Amino acid sequence: MAYSDKVIDHYENPKNVGTLDKSSNTVGTGLVGAPECGDVMRLQIEVDPATQVITDAKFKTFGCGSAIASSSLATEWLKGKTVDQALAIDNMDIVEELALPPVKIHCSVLAEDAIKAAINDYRTKNGLEPIADNH
Amino acid sequence: MKFPIYLDHNATTPCDPRVVETMIPYFTEKFGNAASRNHSFGWVAEEAVDYAREQIATLIGADPKEIIFTSGATEADNLAIKGVYEMYAQKGNHIITATTEHKAVLDACHHLEQLGAQITYLPVNAEGMIDLKQLEEAITDKTILVAIMYANNEVGTIQPVREISEICHRKGTLFFTDGTQAVGKIPVDVNKDGIDLMAFTAHKMYGPKGVGALYVRRKNPRVKVTAQMDGGGHERGMRSGTLNVTGIVGFGKAAEICRLEMESDNARIIKMRDRLETELMKLDEAYVNGSREHRLPQVCNISFKFVEGEGLMMGFNKNIALSSGSACTSASLEPSYVLKALGLGDDLAHSSLRFGLGRYTTDEEIDFTIEAVSKTVTRLREVSPLWEMFKEGIDLNTIKWEHH
Ligand SMILES: Cc1ncc(COP(=O)(O)O)c(C=O)c1O
Repeated sequence: MAYSDKVIDHYENPKNVGTLDKSSNTVGTGLVGAPECGDVMRLQIEVDPATQVITDAKFKTFGCGSAIASSSLATEWLKGKTVDQALAIDNMDIVEELALPPVKIHCSVLAEDAIKAAINDYRTKNGLEPIADNH
Repeated sequence: MKFPIYLDHNATTPCDPRVVETMIPYFTEKFGNAASRNHSFGWVAEEAVDYAREQIATLIGADPKEIIFTSGATEADNLAIKGVYEMYAQKGNHIITATTEHKAVLDACHHLEQLGAQITYLPVNAEGMIDLKQLEEAITDKTILVAIMYANNEVGTIQPVREISEICHRKGTLFFTDGTQAVGKIPVDVNKDGIDLMAFTAHKMYGPKGVGALYVRRKNPRVKVTAQMDGGGHERGMRSGTLNVTGIVGFGKAAEICRLEMESDNARIIKMRDRLETELMKLDEAYVNGSREHRLPQVCNISFKFVEGEGLMMGFNKNIALSSGSACTSASLEPSYVLKALGLGDDLAHSSLRFGLGRYTTDEEIDFTIEAVSKTVTRLREVSPLWEMFKEGIDLNTIKWEHH
């Protein structure tokens, strides 16, 4: 199976690998997937409470190259977006950008889930209703 | 050093150039059909087949008449299992096998289950060995065949074949072994080992693809299998079809080279394998899968916890070809059933790499592999949330994972 150049680039030079303080009220953490399924993503966002803009995003991923690339790309896209804009990121956007083959679509779904989970964590921490899960 | 480095010799081996050289005349001037009895083209082909049959029989201590040529081990597995089932239907319908067998064996058994066969799938221990007592207890007066592989393709575990055959014969049942990974790699002797039927294939022993054999014992006891292919009645009626003369000639030469060079090849390969393993085991949280004691000389299977196998391979697959038990590398979403049968959790099964060394593997290649794999494992752990949690002392089993 051949990987697209973009997947290879994110795999070799992943963007925004790291950890934010998950106890902070301005940080939302999404941990999705399971070790038994072969992929786990942890995606974190730092939100400016005044503007609702995502000022920082970090990830760590256990998984194949496409999973690492999907989460790396997600953190790039998140930075600078408002929380509402971030909610609009669709897994098929990731599929398209990374040219993922059909067997790797689940990696993009997981990245979208991680974004939603991070946002929901931020919302609950700040007394807001979580957004309904559409998967 | 030439790239990519090939470390997937359990999947297939390159043809030895000496094998190719032997085969070449049989494509062009010596192209006859070995079954053509009335002219010299046929005689030449038949002679070549007879010679190869002898080379192959010698490698496994058999009589040449006991070698039935097939298209490979898959066909030989099918012929043995389905052929015995049909031939011995009057005696019974029970077959015993194990959960770590190759798909060719397991799926042939599943097929027979649909036709009314009773199949017992023996579990294996953490090293991949069956329990002899369990085997003995599973044999009934309806048991017609015990099918246990000689050595496993994923972890290399060698089964206690002599003990198994002793139990089978004491209990009055036939013993079939899938010898695909063992023949040509370690000494296999059908008489000393008490084997009644054995499947093996040329392309795992530096011969060509598309040719293999089923050994079928002719004396003590005389074993017969019902043909699974109807036709001209070749191979003593057990396998019809014009013989693949060129392939068989190559198979014969490959067998001869293995017999003569096995010892010197193994001495070299074991040293490299052990060095590779020792160096990679210096990484934290690395686990050898299968048996280290009863194992083929050229393979090692290691799980690197907290990194995923396919992701790991991507770090060096431009330069090194090997295989993983991770689900991502196969069509299914399940990780290796063999590793799971050994009791590995799905997480460790996803994290496994299989290193299969071979006749042409060099020390330089092993050096490169040690370095590339160690570096990638370390780098990917820096990206792994599981590694971070492990380092923080979090028990991953206490986390409620969201399965999807
Ligand atoms: C244990 C075992 N049995 C059977 C086979 C199938 O062999 P062949 O490719 O000759 O059909 C293989 C190889 O894939 C194997 O490793």
